[in-house]
Amino acid sequence: MTLTATDLLLEATDVSKTYGAVVALDHASLSVQPGEVHALMGANGAGKSTFVKILTGAVTPDTGRIVVRGRERTSHSPAEARRNGLVSVYQEPAVIPDLDIRDNLRLTQTPIEPFRHWLNELGLEDLDLSSLARRLPLAALRIVDLARALALEPDVLLLDEITAALPANLTEPVLRAVQQQGSDRSVIFISHRIIEIAAICDRATVLRNGETVGVVDVTAGSEDTIVELMLGEDTTALGHKKAAGAAVDRGQQTPRISARKLSDGRRLRDATLDLYPGEVLGVVALEDQGQDELFAILSGAERPVSGSLLLDGKAVSYRHPADAIRRGVVFVAADRAEALLMQRSVRENISLPFSARIPQWGWINMGREGRKVDEAVETLQIDARAGAEVRRLSGGNQQKVTIARWVASGVKTMLCFDPTRGIDIRTKNQIYVLLRDLATAGAAILLYTSELKEIQLVCDRAIVIFGGEVVAEMAAAGADEAALLRAAHNLKSDAELPEEAVAGTVAEKAAVEAAVDDTSTRASQP
Amino acid sequence: MSADATTLGGPRSGAADVLVRFARNHAWTLGLFAFLAVLLLFTKYVNSYYNLVSLANTATSVLPLALAAVAQAIIVMAGGIDLSISSQMALVSCFAAILMQAYPGDLTAVGIVILALALGVLLGAINGGLIVLTKVPDIVVTLATFFVWAGFALLVTPKPGGAAADWLKGLVVGSVGTDLLPKALIMLIIVVAAIWIPLSRSRLGLSIYAVGSNRLAAFRSGVAVNRTKFLSYVIGGLVAAFAGLSLTASTGIGTPVPEPTYVLISIAAVVLGGVSLAGGVGGVFGPIVAVVVLQLIRDDMTFMHVDPNLGLVAQGFILIGVLVVGSLVQMRRSRA
Amino acid sequence: MTAATGSIGGRNWLRLATLRNMLRDYPLVPLTVLLILLVVVVQLVQPGTVNANWAANNLRQAAVLAIIAGCQALTMLTGGIDLSVAYVASMSGFVTATFVHQPGGWVLGIVVALTAAALAGLVSGIGVGVFRVHPLIMTLGMGLIVYGFSNVWQLRSLQTGAGVPAELHTLGAGLTFGVIPNDLLVFVPVAVVLILLLRRTGYGRMLYAIGDNPTAARLSGVRAWQVLVVLYAISAVLAAIAGLIQSGLSNTASVTLATPYLLPSIAAAVIGGVSIFGGRGGYSGTIVGALILTVLTGFLSIILPEPWRQIVFGSIVVLVAAAYTRVTGES
Repeated sequence: MTLTATDLLLEATDVSKTYGAVVALDHASLSVQPGEVHALMGANGAGKSTFVKILTGAVTPDTGRIVVRGRERTSHSPAEARRNGLVSVYQEPAVIPDLDIRDNLRLTQTPIEPFRHWLNELGLEDLDLSSLARRLPLAALRIVDLARALALEPDVLLLDEITAALPANLTEPVLRAVQQQGSDRSVIFISHRIIEIAAICDRATVLRNGETVGVVDVTAGSEDTIVELMLGEDTTALGHKKAAGAAVDRGQQTPRISARKLSDGRRLRDATLDLYPGEVLGVVALEDQGQDELFAILSGAERPVSGSLLLDGKAVSYRHPADAIRRGVVFVAADRAEALLMQRSVRENISLPFSARIPQWGWINMGREGRKVDEAVETLQIDARAGAEVRRLSGGNQQKVTIARWVASGVKTMLCFDPTRGIDIRTKNQIYVLLRDLATAGAAILLYTSELKEIQLVCDRAIVIFGGEVVAEMAAAGADEAALLRAAHNLKSDAELPEEAVAGTVAEKAAVEAAVDDTSTRASQP
Repeated sequence: MSADATTLGGPRSGAADVLVRFARNHAWTLGLFAFLAVLLLFTKYVNSYYNLVSLANTATSVLPLALAAVAQAIIVMAGGIDLSISSQMALVSCFAAILMQAYPGDLTAVGIVILALALGVLLGAINGGLIVLTKVPDIVVTLATFFVWAGFALLVTPKPGGAAADWLKGLVVGSVGTDLLPKALIMLIIVVAAIWIPLSRSRLGLSIYAVGSNRLAAFRSGVAVNRTKFLSYVIGGLVAAFAGLSLTASTGIGTPVPEPTYVLISIAAVVLGGVSLAGGVGGVFGPIVAVVVLQLIRDDMTFMHVDPNLGLVAQGFILIGVLVVGSLVQMRRSRA
Repeated sequence: MTAATGSIGGRNWLRLATLRNMLRDYPLVPLTVLLILLVVVVQLVQPGTVNANWAANNLRQAAVLAIIAGCQALTMLTGGIDLSVAYVASMSGFVTATFVHQPGGWVLGIVVALTAAALAGLVSGIGVGVFRVHPLIMTLGMGLIVYGFSNVWQLRSLQTGAGVPAELHTLGAGLTFGVIPNDLLVFVPVAVVLILLLRRTGYGRMLYAIGDNPTAARLSGVRAWQVLVVLYAISAVLAAIAGLIQSGLSNTASVTLATPYLLPSIAAAVIGGVSIFGGRGGYSGTIVGALILTVLTGFLSIILPEPWRQIVFGSIVVLVAAAYTRVTGES
């Protein structure tokens, strides 16, 4: 299928946005042709989400020109963006929790029939429209959000990691639906799953550090180009090699943490795992497979409904994170907004656990605290010049502060949930090195990551969670991206991923169309 | 739970399901009604003379407070709060009373009533406008405007005074037909219905819930968040103006110094009435019932010859007790 | 804002942001400037007003407000509020007065008053910390309860009579050397304790942590309910102390003596830079805020009749709060 160089449907140029010390976008640009599925790619923190928010009016850019169908249209609110033909579906569904679905539709003036049509297409025919949004599971809400956007028939539909929270059986219809948009409408598709991009996208714009570094036609083999663009010349820096440790005989060791059939009654069904001191155990899962709940239980933030938990061989039951912390089990959250006191200083953040228990409520020995904090800051190489309010630090430095909090008092067992999400390469490497060093010193580290490459870089072995259960375990050597992805989708090692399935259909379609083109051109030749 | 598409929604609802869903959505109000029923029985036990007529009379005496609770409820539903309600009422009340004294006459009184309502709208607009424009939290702004409106009320009339047109008084005093139907009750129903029914069905009403429920989701859904907040205060101001007029109508004068416990009780009634302080949940019916409950408790204290101050204590206890139970239920539910 | 060049931004932006950050980090500076400006205005409008006597009166009066505002500052730091302070303060002064003619005297009265206050605060704290009742409602309810009990107590003690003990009157209203208010004897230690509590103790850190990010606090092992139970008890005791001084200052004992302090106490804390959402602010700013309000109300009561006093007072609170929000870039 050839695309003639018609007028661009959407052209955004010179878009910049700065938040305090952080440059989110730096004269970025994006152009979309009618009828195409255009990927917007970049590492976490490269500026994709900010771009989407600017295009759809949720955020006002510092500079930038946005032209839709030839008319300049910068939107100042989502409502205005919608009038301009731009609708986005965010990772967090824009569905009002305390209203039922029908009222949510009325609120956004979404026509019901098209909505129902898309619900059917996406696999949710049975959804009761009078259910309260609060009571529906996240995956359902995302489908509702998507169906609502599709029903509005926007000129440009922006999807921000739409498949992230979806199980495989819902992913396929979503990808097909994206494909089916008309030839005068386009889709901007954000995803960090290269396989998806390869399956359904026509072109890709790559962002890095807020700038547009390349626009690529998505064809077979362009994946490497895209990855290279995403990571820049630091590709080699990613090659931090951990010491090829000899296979450790775990038979005699008592696991630091032993979980047996843990369940929280909802998403986590039956989690069984062993974490040994001195190792980094990776955890891989698609979104919402129970990994959040698992970590919450292991760190004491939630209580399991059933199952047992052993620490160094002895049964434990936590009623509060403080119980776990007291026993040396600490938690590093993915969401820095959850883990940090944004308005407080670096020092206060790092020393937060010190003062938590009643005996420590008294006078603070400022000198001793200062020394401990300085040590931690140095170990992690935190750039704390803007230290009065942690909010002012860059994402990478913020994450280092959350880790410094525990490093300052010595780490025995650390549960890290996606600690490198949205961080620059350099900091990522520093964190990898730190984790390995901690493990070598005898700590037990559980690491959940959404970036599959990290497993082989940092971990000794990995487990995969699907549907609330641990479905696979592999040594790092065999845990490459494809194997992990298959296990994460709970597919047999030779089964087809949903993206591949869709890609297959697309390829077939393209082949058929090409054949038709050929015959017709041949037929029209004299 | 893995999001299995076929397990969502479930079978199509029959009549029983509709009933169950109604009960679930309005659980709080129904519970409050049950509490009221129990309270009525208790009252009857304590004072055998108490009958439906007495209950009807209660409606008359709580009219201003009920309207204040409705105004507060609308504002709280949008995620705000208004500490200046009682002084808005005082200002409107005095404004109307003084004018009606200076320009007596039934026809002019109609004009004055309309002006008074417009004043209420203006006050609400200033509150809402300040909150939206300055981005100062609602509590602080309305705390400050509490003084400003109270000051203006004192300017209008330094001492309680003024007059009320006869027809205005006639609207809230006495009853229609049987003693069971006090005019105050009818006025309450008319005013609340006229404002709330169209509002709750309109997009503005949905927007109010949306903004109160999840401001970000509302914004992303295309709701004009600032405008919605602003309008919630405007409407609240209008209802507060009705409350002020009802004060003038029932007392015949205007009192510049606002009743000190009014604001607190309006908030208490709102919360007791099932409107979450966080916003997004609730209606106006619950707070009205809550106002009656609170008044009934006070009356009960009188009947039992108990120190009315202990009545205050009891109100405090009930308020806290209900909320403790409510939050326990919430905590249990969110764990389930 | 012009486009950013380089990774930080143009010079203009840098200066604006730095200024903002400075004001956020050192809120005492603009506040003190404001106070001085106010004093200057007072002197200009009514020459001769500002003298040692005037200063003493204002300090004496501000001390009470500053202590009650301290209750709000502490609770607001955790994202809460204490609407019971006025009733607790009134109760305290009143109860003490009723013991004057009893065995044990007013000293016993103070003990009873403070204990009762602490008890009320504990209940509030348990409601807020354990049962997660919204602080606005919990303290509102407790306030009503305390008010009710005060009234009952009043009826009981009509027979025995009540009066403000002379010692308290000296403490509250007296001036040493004619210029130094005696109540500073109580206020200064309280202020020092509060400031040190917030800046140098683990408990103070807990308040900020819970207010800034309860989730983060919990994940770091903070048991919020413990902190909150203690907090509201402290707040109630502080209110009781303020009530004693107020009773001495005005030489009256009444169950509604301190009600006019409720809203100004919130205003003082807000003006003093304490965020109502929690996590930022301090007591020293609150003290200046209380001073500003006291000077302002005193000034207004001289030059303006009552109605205008209230109007101007309310308007200024809004203006200052709006300016503060704008300047520090709070969202």
